[in-house]
Amino acid sequence: MALLDISDLHLSMRSFEGETPILKGIDLTVERGQIWGVVGETGSGKSLTGLTISRLLPTTTARYTGGQVRFDGKDVLRASDREMRALRGGRIGMIFQDPTTNLNPSFRIGTQMVDAALHAARDKPEILGLTGRESRRARRRAAWDASVALLESFGLHDAADRMTRFPHEFSGGMRQRVLIAMAMIGQPDLLIADEPTTALDVSVQSQILRLIHRLVEERNIGVMFITHNLGVVAQLCSHVAVMYRGRIVERGPVTSVLKAPEHIYTRALMDAIPTARAQMDTLRGIDGPLRDRIEAEIAATAKEAAA
Amino acid sequence: MLWYVIRRLLLIIPTLLGLSVIVFAIARLLPGDPVGLAAGPNATPEVIASVAAEFGLDKPIPVQYWTYLTGLLQGDWGVSLFTRRPVAADLAEFVPATLELVIAALLIAVVVGIPLGLLAAIRRDGIFDYLTRTVSLGAIAMPRFFLGLLLQLAFAMALNWLPLSGRFPLIEFPPDRITGFYTVDALLIGDWHAFGLALQHLALPALALSLSPLATILRMMRASTIEVLQQDYILTERALGIPSWIILFKYTLRNAVSATLTVIGLYVSWLLGGTVLVETIFDWPGLGLYSTQAILGQDFMPVIGVTLVIAMIYLVTSVIVDILQAVLNPKVRLQ
Ligand SMILES: Nc1ncnc2c1ncn2[C@@H]1O[C@H](COP(=O)(O)OP(=O)(O)OP(=O)(O)O)[C@@H](O)[C@H]1O
Ligand SMILES: [Mg+2]
Repeated sequence: MALLDISDLHLSMRSFEGETPILKGIDLTVERGQIWGVVGETGSGKSLTGLTISRLLPTTTARYTGGQVRFDGKDVLRASDREMRALRGGRIGMIFQDPTTNLNPSFRIGTQMVDAALHAARDKPEILGLTGRESRRARRRAAWDASVALLESFGLHDAADRMTRFPHEFSGGMRQRVLIAMAMIGQPDLLIADEPTTALDVSVQSQILRLIHRLVEERNIGVMFITHNLGVVAQLCSHVAVMYRGRIVERGPVTSVLKAPEHIYTRALMDAIPTARAQMDTLRGIDGPLRDRIEAEIAATAKEAAA
Repeated sequence: MLWYVIRRLLLIIPTLLGLSVIVFAIARLLPGDPVGLAAGPNATPEVIASVAAEFGLDKPIPVQYWTYLTGLLQGDWGVSLFTRRPVAADLAEFVPATLELVIAALLIAVVVGIPLGLLAAIRRDGIFDYLTRTVSLGAIAMPRFFLGLLLQLAFAMALNWLPLSGRFPLIEFPPDRITGFYTVDALLIGDWHAFGLALQHLALPALALSLSPLATILRMMRASTIEVLQQDYILTERALGIPSWIILFKYTLRNAVSATLTVIGLYVSWLLGGTVLVETIFDWPGLGLYSTQAILGQDFMPVIGVTLVIAMIYLVTSVIVDILQAVLNPKVRLQ
């Protein structure tokens, strides 16, 4: 059974103007040990796909109009709130783009991390080395110790001291490590990372990427790594899915997709990457005539598929 | 932290000093004839002169100020032209009365306003939210004295649940003075009967005074809770599976209250200035009534005294608010 199996997922978002279809039939399967890069232009629905897996979209605006999401066999879109809460943190970890806004500024790192650990340990006490019959105090103690150990292993020195500090006392890279640690403390099987390095500078970025890579090797987790950066995909990911306007237009092992992109949008995306040799005037975005050609080609393939 | 508090408290002194100069100058330079008023309509020039000499009002104003200031440092706040009572004694009587009222009103406003604001925010656009929005708009707009009259009509006259006015039954002795707050003093000596009486008298005026700050705090709390709930870190906390009650009552509440705190602080001075009408309606022997009489009689020693006391309360409040702000919000550095 696949760890994550999204099939024909349709999602509409409601707003003042009415209901807009956003995801128009997403199919994606993530196995343990795979790192799926999800690329695509802005607004193509990458983040909403990620949030759907943990069902974190507001029920007032998000409407699932078709398809299903199965995590470890469980039908996520039809699970109870209680079941979903058990999945979050304990089975599915998430990290987001901006480490400066994703930590609560009013609470010590330790407070936030211990709460995350305690929650995950309710269903899986063994992650803190507990049996589930310990006192509240003992559980807190264990959560604290596990948090310190995890932060240390993520390269945060003096973690015990840092646990007592507030987010604003950390650099961006350190905060993102803390956030990854918070996402991993429950030892989830799937990590969804939504542009986790976009807000960081290049050297920190590669440290974070190495960390994620290490997690996959050590724990055999599955990763969905959302990014704009095909260079990152080439280095980190085992597979890639290319999204365009609410659809996955191309998918497969990184090596084959990037070596021989079949879809015109993927080729356009690769052409848009500035190489070291590229001059400003040859830097190409995707717009104008090229976009028209992409649209035409997509329409043609759709017609072909229907025929 | 401790040093910061001490420094902030010390800084109050020059502020008060400057204020005392201004208030003294205004009170003394304003047109009017306090000495004539105090001496009575039929006083001869000799009597007027002797009254003026008795109060030191025949001296140049800077000298008068100096006398006042040196007296102040020894706890002498001057003497009322009318009652001839020392202002310090009057203030010791009236300041606790008004503070008791203001603190009670603020307590009601905070204890009711914050949970209701939180509720309105999480049930956003629901019936409760709609209801509180409408009611609170009315509550902010309604004049306090009018509300006071309504409360009297309903709870004192019609239902006869609570006393109509006053701070304590005239025929009974209030609890022995320790702090001057009747409720606190009654509790301190363990006199439950007196505590009940004090509370009954306090209820209506405090309620009348509290409604507007309550409505404002509710709305502020609603807005800041909604704001906090939209923050990225709330999504992260949800993605970690942290139970929603912990997210709400631990991680959201503190940030939302911290944003509301500033409004609460501002309301202290609003309440202090707003007691006059409520004190008049409820015959509450506090600073409002006292200063109204003093102002009308051009009795400037009490006026100056009241002004300085209110300023002092205001300044101390702002220090307290800043400290609370720093406790709630670690990014606020005290220095
Ligand atoms: N809360 C919302 N209500 C309505 N529409 C939304 C909402 N959030 C996102 N959308 C729309 O859904 C589409 C997909 O958004 P999404 O955030 O998934 O894009 P993305 O691929 O992650 O883009 P980016 O690369 O910029 O992060 C966008 O067109 C956006 O306008
Ligand atoms: Mg996105």
